[in-house]
Amino acid sequence: MTEVLIKVGFLAIAALNGAIIFTIMDVKGASWMQRRPGPLHVGLRGFIFPLAEILKFVQKEDIIPTEVDRPVFKWAPAYVMVSCVALFAVVPLSPTLVVADLELGVFFALAISSLGTIGVLTAGWSSANKYSLMGGLRAAGQLIAYELPLILAVVGVVIQAETMSLVGIVEKQIEWGVPFVVGGQIIGFLIFMVAATAEMMRVPFDMPIGESELTMGFMTEYSGIRFLIFYISEYMNMFILCAIASTLFLGGYHVPLLPTEWVNFYGPVVLLTKTAILGFILVAIRWSQPRFREDQLQNLAWKILIPASLVNILVTAVLKVGF
Amino acid sequence: MEIFEIITYFLLLALLSTAIRVVTTSNVIHAAISLVFTLALTAILFLMLSTEFVALVLVLVYIGAVIVLFLFGIMITRAPLGKNAELDNDKNKKLGAAIAGSIFLLFSYILINGFDGDVTITSGSSTELLGEILLSRFVFPFELVSFVLLAALIGGITLARKDEALIDEDQV
Repeated sequence: MTEVLIKVGFLAIAALNGAIIFTIMDVKGASWMQRRPGPLHVGLRGFIFPLAEILKFVQKEDIIPTEVDRPVFKWAPAYVMVSCVALFAVVPLSPTLVVADLELGVFFALAISSLGTIGVLTAGWSSANKYSLMGGLRAAGQLIAYELPLILAVVGVVIQAETMSLVGIVEKQIEWGVPFVVGGQIIGFLIFMVAATAEMMRVPFDMPIGESELTMGFMTEYSGIRFLIFYISEYMNMFILCAIASTLFLGGYHVPLLPTEWVNFYGPVVLLTKTAILGFILVAIRWSQPRFREDQLQNLAWKILIPASLVNILVTAVLKVGF
Repeated sequence: MEIFEIITYFLLLALLSTAIRVVTTSNVIHAAISLVFTLALTAILFLMLSTEFVALVLVLVYIGAVIVLFLFGIMITRAPLGKNAELDNDKNKKLGAAIAGSIFLLFSYILINGFDGDVTITSGSSTELLGEILLSRFVFPFELVSFVLLAALIGGITLARKDEALIDEDQV
């Protein structure tokens, strides 16, 4: 029982810390690229910015409009949060430092990540606001469309590794000598990252939130702590999807040429570095690219990414049987 | 083992109450959300029976795809906030009760007769075994099912899509 509690506590703390690190990275990246003085110079060179942000949201009033569907409205952020935290359970920081090394790890991650959509949809509907409803519908359409390439891109890795356990996949990459992104899954990696960016609803796939036209999409009516939960979950999701991408494609907690006996010591550092590099690329894209139009977004998913990932599966399977 | 059984009974009770709420609530979205909880509890029960794969399929396919499509469909057509009186359909209550009762009897008969009352829980992973059986002994039904799905997909496209070339021909 205590073991379970410790594991749950570790999960929550690690996921929250990841979210805070990524928040800092995002705001500092933005201010560095766009010359915003706030998060760069104010208060310990801007590092206490997230703390101020959290304090601000916690002390704000949690407004619930009268017309909303109260239970649905109140619980919508919880689904998003739970799906994000539970995702982190299967990510191995080192061969032993993993909450649950499930045999079906990849499958678990994909199944759990699809839960967040329900939170987004119900949040949009229960707000009794047309902007929220529009945002919710756009979000759902986007999440449904990009979940398929996300899953199909991972299938290539599973075929190559012959296992669904995330630790097993990393071990296979160590045995292979090079990470899968070099060893034949470069297309899979690109598809995965594009689909993951869409799942996070970040620029260039932020149609559902679109501040300029939908104010804040499904989050319009939320304030105070509930908005904070949505906000934190977004960064948590970004952190965890980047961690999963680095585990599946970039060799996880190991880099070539480092001695495998010491993997328990340098493992977490290596994984977090890889995650942070992927995160930085996402930040750079967010603050330099315009947003996709809705039809372009759907076309990209259904006409390019899904066929490409199917071809990727086919080629991987043929090569696997051939060699 | 005691605690395990107590937890199981609590889960079954929760499962029953959410399942009843799915059919008694007069709000479509509330029904869909209760269905999410029903399916999640079923998945947990499958996990406790150490059939990970079935549990995860329930989560991925039913909660992640089917329910999301339900919600999506409800919202783009009509989704009134508050109660919806049209949902109460008294005419079909007797028929529904009869069908539910007969399905319950049929399933319990099959389960009790098929396994002689005792349930065997195999230890270890059943997923690998399942995959092998699916692609060796049951490969023909498996392919047949995917063929049916393909047909359904093409059917859906033909029904939904207005082919512009055809329309032009009709107009000419």
